[in-house]
Amino acid sequence: MILTSSIILLISIVAGIFGALLGLGGGIIVIPMLTLLLGVNIKYAIGASIVSVIATSSGAAVTYVRDKITNLRIGMFLEIATTTGALTGAFIAGLISSKYLYIIFGLLLLYSAFTMLKKRNEELPVGVVSQPIAKKLKLEGSYYDKVLKKEIQYNVTGVNKGFGMMYIAGVISGLLGIGSGIFKVMAMDLFMRLPMKVSTATSNFMIGVTAAASAGVYLVRGDIDPKIAGPVALGVLIGATLGTKIMTNMKSTTIRKIFIPVLAYVSIEMLLKGLGV
Amino acid sequence: MEERKNQNEKIENMEIIISQTLRAGVFLSALIILIGLILFFATKSSGYPANTYPTSVIAIIKGLISLKPYAIIMTGLLVLILTPVFRVGVSIITFFQEKDYMYVYITSAVFIILILSFVLGKVE
Repeated sequence: MILTSSIILLISIVAGIFGALLGLGGGIIVIPMLTLLLGVNIKYAIGASIVSVIATSSGAAVTYVRDKITNLRIGMFLEIATTTGALTGAFIAGLISSKYLYIIFGLLLLYSAFTMLKKRNEELPVGVVSQPIAKKLKLEGSYYDKVLKKEIQYNVTGVNKGFGMMYIAGVISGLLGIGSGIFKVMAMDLFMRLPMKVSTATSNFMIGVTAAASAGVYLVRGDIDPKIAGPVALGVLIGATLGTKIMTNMKSTTIRKIFIPVLAYVSIEMLLKGLGV
Repeated sequence: MEERKNQNEKIENMEIIISQTLRAGVFLSALIILIGLILFFATKSSGYPANTYPTSVIAIIKGLISLKPYAIIMTGLLVLILTPVFRVGVSIITFFQEKDYMYVYITSAVFIILILSFVLGKVE
């Protein structure tokens, strides 16, 4: 019993580190590890992964919000799109074949993986001019980059596209139950052209809010098993705290280079699911 | 540029408040879960029949009062689940204090949608 809990704890520390670093919930690590390695029923693995998302988000936000890497206004503004999207998704579930959704969004992720690959050596976005709406919503911001040792001021563009993509991210997470963190980072990076660190930190802030909305349902349904979710929560909190320390001292290009293979992996997995392989 | 600097100074105070609220919530939940796990391993009993555990807030509180290990762990998880909700709530208050009414509305909208999806219980 103690051995199993220790294994879960270790896996969760790793998940927490990667989640905090990349702005994801850690579900892509926690779910396969629990089901394949420990033979945990998928129902409890998903319940534990919801806990993992919240633990990553809250654990990482302590540092990212304090260090001003998280852009609170962008996070809150986009959260409207994600939460309404998630509600829409839950309502239209069953009306749309998830098969095609997996293919469409798998391709979209694959496309963004290639786009990211093209700008893999770009430390900070260049030549971004703020849209009038971005100024009106006061979305522009700045943070102190520990690696570059200077205050980074950034502009924001693609607000409409970013907002639309966030809505879609919400819909598919409501429909497919997959982590929307990856879509959030993608939308902020690709459309809104935010610095990579701001994208992952803001995504991290947002995923917890979205997950909290559904966590209650999982709890009442009995999907959150304390002997699994307990060690997951502890491990992820430890991992996320370590992850934030690693992220702030890492170059944006390095974070992006870790993100691209994860993006490619998830997109291929989605495509395979859509094709029924 | 000057305007942006001013705006950043205003939000700075708020970031510290939100960060501290989060830190307290996260630390509290981790501590409760740890106590629950230690008690579970020490007593070799979950306090519940095999493969069962409390799945409602009332059942969790009842179990917590009688110090059942599983109920203690679930209490910690519940505190953790509530931290993002709390975070949004605190943001509304701080945006209000900063007199940033546009974001008071935006954040309140998020809060309402959150509560709505909690009640509807359909969002996954």
